[in-house]
Amino acid sequence: MNPAFLDNSLFRNIYCYLAGSSDSCAERGYDTTLLPAGFEWLAFAITAFLIINIVINAGLGAVVVYIWGERRILGRIQNRTGPNRWGPFGSLTSVADAIKTLFKEDIVPDEADRWLFNLAPILMVFPVLSVLAVIPFGVGTFVVDLNIGILFVIAITSMSGISVVLASWASGNRIAIFAGMRSVAMLISYEIPMALSLIGVLMLAGSMSLGKIVDAQDIPFILVQPLGLFVFLIAAQAETSRTPFDLIEAESELAAGYLNDYSSMKFGIFFLAEFLATIVASMLIVTLFLGGWRGWDPIPSQIWFAGKTVLVLLFIMWMRFSWPRLRVDQILSLAWKGLFELTLINIFVTAILIAIWPDPGITELLIMSAINWVVFFISIWLVSKLLRPGDYTAPAPRTDRPTYPVATDELPDEVAYTGGTTR
Amino acid sequence: MTTQVRTEPITVNLGPQHPSTHGVFRMRVTFDGEEIIDVEPIFGYLHRGSEKLAEERTYVQVVTLTDRMDYVGSMLNNQAYMLAVEKLAGVEPSPRGVWLRMIASELQRIASHLVAVGFLIQDLGAWGTPLIYTMREREKILDLFEMLCGARITNSYLRPGGVFMDAPEEFWPAMNAVLDELPPRIDDLDDLLTDNDIIFSRTKGVSVLTPEQMLDASITGPMLRAAGVDWDLRHRDPYDYYDQVTFERPLHTAGDNFARYWVRVQEMRESIKIVRQCEKLIEPGPVRPDHDDVPWLLRPPVGDAYAAIEHSKGELGFYLVSDGSISPYRCHVRAPSLINLTLLREMLVGELLADMFVSFGSVDINMGEVDR
Repeated sequence: MNPAFLDNSLFRNIYCYLAGSSDSCAERGYDTTLLPAGFEWLAFAITAFLIINIVINAGLGAVVVYIWGERRILGRIQNRTGPNRWGPFGSLTSVADAIKTLFKEDIVPDEADRWLFNLAPILMVFPVLSVLAVIPFGVGTFVVDLNIGILFVIAITSMSGISVVLASWASGNRIAIFAGMRSVAMLISYEIPMALSLIGVLMLAGSMSLGKIVDAQDIPFILVQPLGLFVFLIAAQAETSRTPFDLIEAESELAAGYLNDYSSMKFGIFFLAEFLATIVASMLIVTLFLGGWRGWDPIPSQIWFAGKTVLVLLFIMWMRFSWPRLRVDQILSLAWKGLFELTLINIFVTAILIAIWPDPGITELLIMSAINWVVFFISIWLVSKLLRPGDYTAPAPRTDRPTYPVATDELPDEVAYTGGTTR
Repeated sequence: MTTQVRTEPITVNLGPQHPSTHGVFRMRVTFDGEEIIDVEPIFGYLHRGSEKLAEERTYVQVVTLTDRMDYVGSMLNNQAYMLAVEKLAGVEPSPRGVWLRMIASELQRIASHLVAVGFLIQDLGAWGTPLIYTMREREKILDLFEMLCGARITNSYLRPGGVFMDAPEEFWPAMNAVLDELPPRIDDLDDLLTDNDIIFSRTKGVSVLTPEQMLDASITGPMLRAAGVDWDLRHRDPYDYYDQVTFERPLHTAGDNFARYWVRVQEMRESIKIVRQCEKLIEPGPVRPDHDDVPWLLRPPVGDAYAAIEHSKGELGFYLVSDGSISPYRCHVRAPSLINLTLLREMLVGELLADMFVSFGSVDINMGEVDR
């Protein structure tokens, strides 16, 4: 067993309770011996199983709470009550929905490729759950602190694009194929700015491990890396296909896109994966840019982490419920003409600053953040100037009547209808 | 080395069961990638034979049928039908009734435009928030209708020569409250939507129709005014007392989706002005002529009449033929929704799938009126 696992407090407590006689636990002062010596492998298996279950179920529970919260807030934003029938403040609505979804008939269309059709939902939810493994939720509260954490996150989340294509192709539905084409274009385009926007953070922290990145944030990287956060926030919205970028399941165009032929719990799993992806994206934003679990002392670090995640989620919801959807060509031009350039600017400026101050302290970080914010505003202004749709030269005021001949000259002022005659 | 990828167009059936077809409209669309290369509109799924049914009913009973044609513009439908009946039967309407129906129809125009704007934003993919904001304002207008005639959607408020019931005392302060609240709400709508870069870039230059095309297809209403043609029946051929009120006619020159949206938002402001003037000009009196002059069971002389109004969607006309009996011999409706749809193919071919339902929504059709 890798002794690094014992840094995780939950793992340590369970494992050493089971196998306290092992050397690594004895060093840390555990003396319980539930399992005899030589059965460390069993202790490891039980502990790993328990922790994986805790993390996955916590993630799924968070989705249930999040769906309820989103509906309540959507209700408030839209000047209505939102769900309020099941449980206090409607908090059991999501549970009722999940039960209803389970009991629906599970239909596989005749046209569908049965294997791929069933495989797609699993492929969708698996990468999102895997990302939970590397996120530090608090001091000593994580599953594993991979030293290639960010690389792992970027690599594994790109699998969701494959599952959308699989789902849309396997459905044998023409509308779903549109969603598949769009997902190929959009998800793959946004992988690039999403990955590049994190390079600034990597350079500042000097590590890819998410735990080390949190440790490095003496001041939150939102101050030092505004451009990186901006791009990552937009790219994460696109990757999770939330509303300004929800091309893939564009309700008003493609009905439900790739989800058209899915019913019952297969649909439920897609739904769950989408919401879980949003939560995971917010957790990543918190970890990488908002100082992760760091906070002030009397409040435990896990609460700080959860609170910051909720704030980011609220921001994402606010965006989602206010704006209409972009068109596919606009989304792609935003990725390639806007965000890609912004990330390059960010990498360039950050690299120069790191070259000047190789090992920044708090004062250096503050100077860097001032420079970076200036760069942020200038570059955003430039890019928005490039991408802005332009304006009408003159939107026809009342005094300036158009001189279309039929409108002003040929038609008589009074039109006499030949009705009303009495024979 | 060049490789040729063989591509082929894909034909998709959109509707009649689709979230954005504004009812039961069906389009058989051929796409090349995301680009539309052919559109075949198919309608008739909501055909209820209103025109035929009118031949079996008395002139007053037909009012209920007109309500159900364009069910977001019932008052306006009533008004067009009543003008035709009055022309046919030679009824002299009573002034208070005319003012009341002008107020009702202008309020209905605001409500109808609110629905059109809200659903256009919904088609653009907003998560229902702007739609519910516009629906909230429409709700207040429907409350006013409830005070006027007891019904909210299918009003049947108008009768030959006026309306069937005077407005209650508490209607006037309630209406003023609504009119005071509306302009800031429309300004909010402007702030949230008209200045929004996403909406502007999604609608600008999409589905442009030239004035020539639209005049050839006899398209009327906000669609025509969005292309700069100053054609508004309230101004060109004033019916009721529209010659006694002053109002602006908002015009745009672009003829694209944004212009159509913009014209509707501006027209709401003008309608508020008209209602305020009507309120000043209205005088006490009977709301409909005496029963001895205009009985419930009208028997117009043999003849025909056509009357048209500026509906919120375009020119709504009723053509009635009388054979001297108690019900029309023939009733024909010039439905703006149907006629404004005739250029759908020209609007959509060459555009992208994403803009398809936006263009469709910017026509502002109502399937109840298209199929009748």
